[in-house]
Amino acid sequence: MNTEPLHVVEEQPVVSLRGVSKTFGAVKALQNVNFDVYAGEVVAVVGDNGAGKTTLVKILAGVHAATSGEVFYEGEAVRIDDPADSQALGIATVFQDLALCDNLDVVANLFLGREVGALAMDEVEMEQRSWALLRQLSAKLPAVRTPIASLSGGQRQTVAIARSLVGNPSIVVLDEPTAALGVAQTAEVLNLIERLRETGLGVVLISHNMADVQAVADRVVVLRLGRNNGEFLVPDVSYEEIIAAITGATDNAVSRRALAAAREESHE
Amino acid sequence: MSTTPTPASSDADFSAPRRLGESCQALRHRISDGDLGSTPVVAGLIVIWITFQVLNPTFLTAPNLVNLALQSAAVGTIAIGVVLVLLLGQIDLSVGSMSGLASAILAVTFVQWQWPVMLSIIAALAAGAAIGAAYGLLFTRFGVPTFIITLAGLLGVLGVQLWVLGDAGSINIPFDSWIVRFAQQMFLPDALSYVLSMTAAAGYFVVTYRANRRRGEAGLGSKPMTETALRSTGLLAVLIFGSWYLNKDRGVALMFVLFVTLVLCTNYMLKRTKWGRSVYAVGGNVDAARRAGIRVNRVYISVFVAATTLAALGGVLAAARLAAANQSSGGGDTNLTAIAAAVIGGTSLFGGRGSAWSALVGIVVIMSISSGLTLLSLDSSVRYMVTGAVVLLAVIIDAISRRSRASHGLA
Repeated sequence: MNTEPLHVVEEQPVVSLRGVSKTFGAVKALQNVNFDVYAGEVVAVVGDNGAGKTTLVKILAGVHAATSGEVFYEGEAVRIDDPADSQALGIATVFQDLALCDNLDVVANLFLGREVGALAMDEVEMEQRSWALLRQLSAKLPAVRTPIASLSGGQRQTVAIARSLVGNPSIVVLDEPTAALGVAQTAEVLNLIERLRETGLGVVLISHNMADVQAVADRVVVLRLGRNNGEFLVPDVSYEEIIAAITGATDNAVSRRALAAAREESHE
Repeated sequence: MSTTPTPASSDADFSAPRRLGESCQALRHRISDGDLGSTPVVAGLIVIWITFQVLNPTFLTAPNLVNLALQSAAVGTIAIGVVLVLLLGQIDLSVGSMSGLASAILAVTFVQWQWPVMLSIIAALAAGAAIGAAYGLLFTRFGVPTFIITLAGLLGVLGVQLWVLGDAGSINIPFDSWIVRFAQQMFLPDALSYVLSMTAAAGYFVVTYRANRRRGEAGLGSKPMTETALRSTGLLAVLIFGSWYLNKDRGVALMFVLFVTLVLCTNYMLKRTKWGRSVYAVGGNVDAARRAGIRVNRVYISVFVAATTLAALGGVLAAARLAAANQSSGGGDTNLTAIAAAVIGGTSLFGGRGSAWSALVGIVVIMSISSGLTLLSLDSSVRYMVTGAVVLLAVIIDAISRRSRASHGLA
């Protein structure tokens, strides 16, 4: 495991977790986890089920408060006790279920909770800004006045990601953004993630899909049973190494299978 | 996602003003996709009116329609509150009892205690607001289903109503009092009714025209000028004709004007303000609303306060129209008529869909059926059965259109 911090862009991380633990009763979901996000990079968090990925997201999003440990924002110690704290720090989270209102249209969803206008809402302003936002992401939507219910999975993901940008965040956390998507839609979302990085945002990508991680991430942080279990720069690491870190051993079901296949080949 | 046009090209499509044909087409698409809104009920209302007119020619006479408007106002006001609660996906079963309690408070404080009438009205409304706040707190603190809270409220508030009335049982409100004259004898002067009609149509035209021009300047899609002009002219024609027809008899009742004004205000609150947007959001997906930073509990409490206050106002109007409050005020079918009106008008029982207008359309449908059947000298047993069937039909239409939206990917 690397002790030297790995990063690609800047010296100072935007958000930094130091020795963060979270317990639910007797269950230790996270133990002494260190985690940094730098501006202008995509950092993937991978791990098996129960490794603590979702707990990490929820601590960043302010859904759960950490039991112990410290959170730094641009070097200063901060507390994230509820979702409002997280948003105020400039951390935008897109949850796996997207949290969109099906009965409202795209514009209403993008500006939900932060509508423009004093007494009456300024629909024209909001619609213009919606188009600007979607254009910035080169996102493809047929119209912004259709209810969310009529959009496809990929389009919903697009709306959810676009919404995270409304408050001008510095970090976007994406929880399994491609889990429910088809091949073409996954590619669209990966393009979107790259565009977020180009605009200088720090992107935290939680994923099960190693292909996606290797396609867009700059850095991979591996969690295993609630602890840090390795940190790699994507260009330097192989699929097998990541899997080994996720499962905790080089000897695992995946490597044994690969080994068996290799043996069979050599026998032939 | 990949086959749809880019925003840039859509912009080009939408920035050109739509033609009238496209607007009609959009409406047709919406209906076939199951996004029905108030379309079926307006069609239904026309059928009902024609049927009763054929069966009994006095149905569409001016005196009967004036009565219809007067009858609709009180329960219609209660129905506006029910619409708000239904939009959240909740229910208030106690609106009838609440209106009865408000009637009782008005009668007791105004007649027995000799309070000024405005003070009595404010007391009645305040009681409504307090009970709504209690419902909201119970729901948000303890998570008891509103069905149960308001069922308890139905009984509890009825108890309070009987306690307030005390031994009297029935209290008559003097006919010469301002509130009774307002509910029974005050009508818009003929000239004023026409002026108001024209103001309303002109107002609609100016507001729509301005909004369209702003959208056009901002490079967004706008409705065609001809559509705005046609709609305004249509509105003007309907209002002027309606006023003229009612003016042949007593005219347009002030109480009905109050009711329509309340519908307009509620509609504005729902469609144009942040509060209204959060009501729809909570009704559509409460978790999403919460995570978007909407203070969900405040939305619940404010809606319950608004709903019970409107129910109390409905009770005040009902007492004024009857010129009395008694133990059966707000009892009988008031409760279910108000809920039925909201549902018949097209507000979904499943939350997040509907508008304030459904209170107006729904109550006019129910009161038309009631009035038509009374004119045919049919027993009230038949009236209840027919109203029951219409409510069932409305809910079936709601459920079918929901399923149709689902099959078109719009659920």
